[in-house]
Amino acid sequence: MKTSVGELVDYVRSKNAGPFWITIDIFCGSDASYDALCQKLTTERVAETLRQPLQAITRFDISSLNVIKFSLPRPVVQGHRTDRDMHGAQWAVLIEELRL
Amino acid sequence: MSIRVLVPSGVLGLGFDHEALAAGVALKPDVICIDGGSTDSGPHSLGTSTSKYARAACKSEWRALMQARASLGVPLILGSAGTCGTDAMVDWMFEITRELAGELEQTLSVALIYSEQSQRSVANALRNDQLQALQPKLAISDQVLESCEHIVALAGVEQIQAALQTNADIVIAGRTTDTAVVCALPLLKGCHAGASWHAAKIAECGALCSTHPTSGVVVVDIDKDPETSGLHGETADASSERPGFTIYPTAKDARCTPHSVSAHMLYENADPFILHEPGGHLNVSDSEYIALNEKQVRVTGSKWVPNKSYTVKLEAARLAGYQCTALALLRDQHYVQHARQWVDRLSNFLHTSLETQQWLSDHEYHIDIRLIGDNATLGELEAKPCMANELGVLVIITASTQELADEIGKFTNPYLLHYPLSDDEALPTFAFPYSPAQTSRGALYEFCLNHVMALTDPMSAFSVATHRLSPEQNS
Repeated sequence: MKTSVGELVDYVRSKNAGPFWITIDIFCGSDASYDALCQKLTTERVAETLRQPLQAITRFDISSLNVIKFSLPRPVVQGHRTDRDMHGAQWAVLIEELRL
Repeated sequence: MSIRVLVPSGVLGLGFDHEALAAGVALKPDVICIDGGSTDSGPHSLGTSTSKYARAACKSEWRALMQARASLGVPLILGSAGTCGTDAMVDWMFEITRELAGELEQTLSVALIYSEQSQRSVANALRNDQLQALQPKLAISDQVLESCEHIVALAGVEQIQAALQTNADIVIAGRTTDTAVVCALPLLKGCHAGASWHAAKIAECGALCSTHPTSGVVVVDIDKDPETSGLHGETADASSERPGFTIYPTAKDARCTPHSVSAHMLYENADPFILHEPGGHLNVSDSEYIALNEKQVRVTGSKWVPNKSYTVKLEAARLAGYQCTALALLRDQHYVQHARQWVDRLSNFLHTSLETQQWLSDHEYHIDIRLIGDNATLGELEAKPCMANELGVLVIITASTQELADEIGKFTNPYLLHYPLSDDEALPTFAFPYSPAQTSRGALYEFCLNHVMALTDPMSAFSVATHRLSPEQNS
């Protein structure tokens, strides 16, 4: 069984950054898991998981915090009739359960 | 030399630890600041100009803060009154304040800041090329502006400072940036700009930047700017240390750590290093976070970069139809296992029937059927197979009028109860959790502006009104 992101890191959270953006923070918890994840988790893989074009995703590798952050325009604007998650907080699960 | 700010919690109405508030008050802060709103819960609050939080909860917390303010004799500032910060919500908060002034027998000067924008003024700004679209770009036109129920502009520190300069005991602001509420007074008193804005971003959610997020209360000490306040070289200590801020929670067991503080800059922020505000931006790329002790974190090196033009962000909500929802439960394993297929078949049937029997084409309404227990949260992004023992079937109907949405809800009801997976099987009956299974949800709103508006004078889109409250008038 391949390791999931969630097994490798402290925690993953996602949240709206205003009504039009969503941001996902991966708290790796240690230098070792940060370094490992930086290598193993590609932006392409995240784009594929979220079914978004690669260029829509901005990635920040923040070594001082051992955090990898992804920000993208919300595919559905917050509160639209087809929005399923008003706060965007459950998107974290998609990354947490992603197998490397 | 520093200014001490007390932030009781991330938002008025969410609650805070009263012991932690008392501990914060004992530290004799120079100002008490609290945010009253956000777009975080969606467009409904702005669309309807109503508060998300219960009036009684807001009043009870505001009472404690008004008492704390009176005991200290310092200003109390509320930003984004009533969740959405419309003019009516500023008046709503003022009414609560008036009642409390009577009940607490306080004499007060109150300054109100109004942030709501008329369609006409924003249309003028559009014509005069004063609006700029942010990413992702939304279309804007006179028609879009005419469709808005409410438009608010997010005030920065300048408008709050104008209110403070009326010698107000209490400032109740309409929509403001979360940060401006916290750093308006420190900046007015000559605090370092980078430190003030960064402190405000970290403190605006209260104790969320600490190890005990629900305790609510944090205190932040923000240094005066040695360059502008004439402190440069005043003492060896003051000149040797870079200006910054020190933040700490006041609840007994709560702590701020370099990690809890620096990580908060990421929260609800698409860019972890840059924060755009009216008049400039905060850059924390070179900030340093040091633990002073078990509880306190010191932050230095934050920069404020002024813009050439002064812009304020706009928020607007418009009507996007009316909704009726229905809920059924599937426990029958045959249906649980074939639920997606059943939903497809039911959807097709409903669309065809509505077209042939009621002459409704599918652009006149929208039916969304979500399987709770399968993929209702993530939709097509869900990667895990369904393992459910039972499923909730949530039907969301949107139409141009409430009557039509309700009519389609009633039409859907018997099929949601009985629709079979194939024509040659016994008629199923699912579980309805209540009667009727459908519920009128009322109006649906959507956010429809993602723009900033340039102002020649920060006050030109805002107004300040002052009131004197005394117990005799209010009882």
